Amino acid sequence: MKISREDVLRVAQLAHLDLAPEEVETYRGQLDEILGYIGKLQELDVSNVEPMTQMRPRSTHGESGASASGAELELRDDVVVPCTVADAVLAEAPDAAKPFFRVPKVIER
Amino acid sequence: MSATTPWTIATVRDALLTKKTSARELANDFYTRIERRNPELNAFLALCPERAYAQADRVDAAVAKGKPLPPLAGVPVAIKDVISTQGVRTTCGSKILENYTPPYDATAIERLENAGAVILGKTNCDEFAMGSSNENSAYGAVRNPAALDRVPGGSSGGSAAAVAAGLSVVALGTDTGGSIRQPGAYCGIPALMPTYGRVSRYGLIAFASSLDRIGPFATNINDAATVMSIIAGHDSNDSTSASVSVPDYLAEMEKPVTGLRIGVPEDYFGEGLDPEVKAKVQAGIALLEKLGCRRVPLKMPHTDYAIATYYVVATAEASSNLARYDGVRFGLRVQGSTLMDMYRKTRERGFGPEVKRRIMLGTYALSSGYYDAYYLRAQKVRSLIARDFSNAFEKVDAILTPTAPIPAFKLGEKTADPLQMYLADIYTVTGSLAGIPGISVPCGKTAAGLPIGMQIFASHFGEARILQLARAFEKAGGFAI
Repeated sequence: MKISREDVLRVAQLAHLDLAPEEVETYRGQLDEILGYIGKLQELDVSNVEPMTQMRPRSTHGESGASASGAELELRDDVVVPCTVADAVLAEAPDAAKPFFRVPKVIER
Repeated sequence: MSATTPWTIATVRDALLTKKTSARELANDFYTRIERRNPELNAFLALCPERAYAQADRVDAAVAKGKPLPPLAGVPVAIKDVISTQGVRTTCGSKILENYTPPYDATAIERLENAGAVILGKTNCDEFAMGSSNENSAYGAVRNPAALDRVPGGSSGGSAAAVAAGLSVVALGTDTGGSIRQPGAYCGIPALMPTYGRVSRYGLIAFASSLDRIGPFATNINDAATVMSIIAGHDSNDSTSASVSVPDYLAEMEKPVTGLRIGVPEDYFGEGLDPEVKAKVQAGIALLEKLGCRRVPLKMPHTDYAIATYYVVATAEASSNLARYDGVRFGLRVQGSTLMDMYRKTRERGFGPEVKRRIMLGTYALSSGYYDAYYLRAQKVRSLIARDFSNAFEKVDAILTPTAPIPAFKLGEKTADPLQMYLADIYTVTGSLAGIPGISVPCGKTAAGLPIGMQIFASHFGEARILQLARAFEKAGGFAI
């Protein structure tokens, strides 16, 4: 497959990147080469393979005792606790108007 | 201490208890070394002497009162600049966070300081931990203390260089596809990537959330094990941290290795492996056999697909995680006429070329019409790679491989070709994708004096097994084989 300039511009738009004209061609060539390499994944038959959507070892594959050792997801109690970092967080904002972040106007009229 | 004997956690403790030095003097001594060496190495991006001396004074007060000292009392440590430190600038090696000061400490930082550690400062790294050479830092490359014209490895190159050059006793790095182990190998020091979920990531600035881990650099296995015993364990602030009890690593690592089955996958010794690296790692494996380990040949047939899988999964997750840098809440803002214009200008100016490249790759892999062919397929191949490991661990207790196919390369040598740079991660990304722990230990040097690393993998939560083999290897002189 070949990556076109239009592909690069489409992806840059999705990713909110405002590429300079000279960057477009550089990235086009590089993405083309890298995606060409990644194309080797098509060689494998994965029709009966489940995607790895979570990182905890699964006992069904017989990992040596990992599940037996208790690698279970632990959820904390759903209790509301005070969070007092708002001022510290806003202090890092490029433009804050307490208690808000200020941004360019988004609503017309 | 003489110039040739590095400080260790044990010698620091001994010097404090026998009052040969104070924690304050020691911190001062390390800052003097940093002042002397850092202009050349560029390992540190920021120092925090106020915080360090305040902590050192607390340690000295405890010594004066004869109080029992915590395990890391007075030990100077360096922290990779992707880990949040309250009140200390944390840039991730990026211009987009040039002036960012986190409002809180990462759990790993809190645990180190509660154990008495003295945090000296923040270390240089590839921007957002994306890179294998440290050349992607917005603040300049780090030089390898073992060969100044060469890279220290990446992305935790600053942490590795700091420890290798004696500018810090231990350091924290992060590993997503090899970013602890590979710089450990290139700089000639032990470097441990723990199991996914072993160490809390609360306060770690995310790159790829299904891969990122925090782990230690040290000059010896005892120190690596000591740091692990402090930072490992469940944290209610990180829902991905595991509630698995933490073994006594220092006791476990001294157990004899006789009878352990060590797997050697032939897939890791093929084309592209430097002959000098191959010879040394084979000598390292032979040494473990001499110590009573049993060698088991392995086949891990999906190894060859690991790089392609990794660069889909990691970039997809990165494109999502890095969406937060938009100029609204923290970091750089470049003014724009509209909100969208502001986002785009901020990100264009703030991110470096490698980060943009990965954001675009990941965005592409997740975009409508390509998701199944790239992201979903990569997640399936990831299952196959994980299965290679789980099958192997039914037959062996650990897996031994080279850490990297080549020793440290020259600065600038690979920057023009991103794909060639990615391919150098071949032996480390497999374990990252599988979620298992791995260490790189020094395994001799090339004829030109460049450090070589040998990698030891174990199954999930098998850090004790890794440390046990690494410790036996160290005691038998394997580091200088």
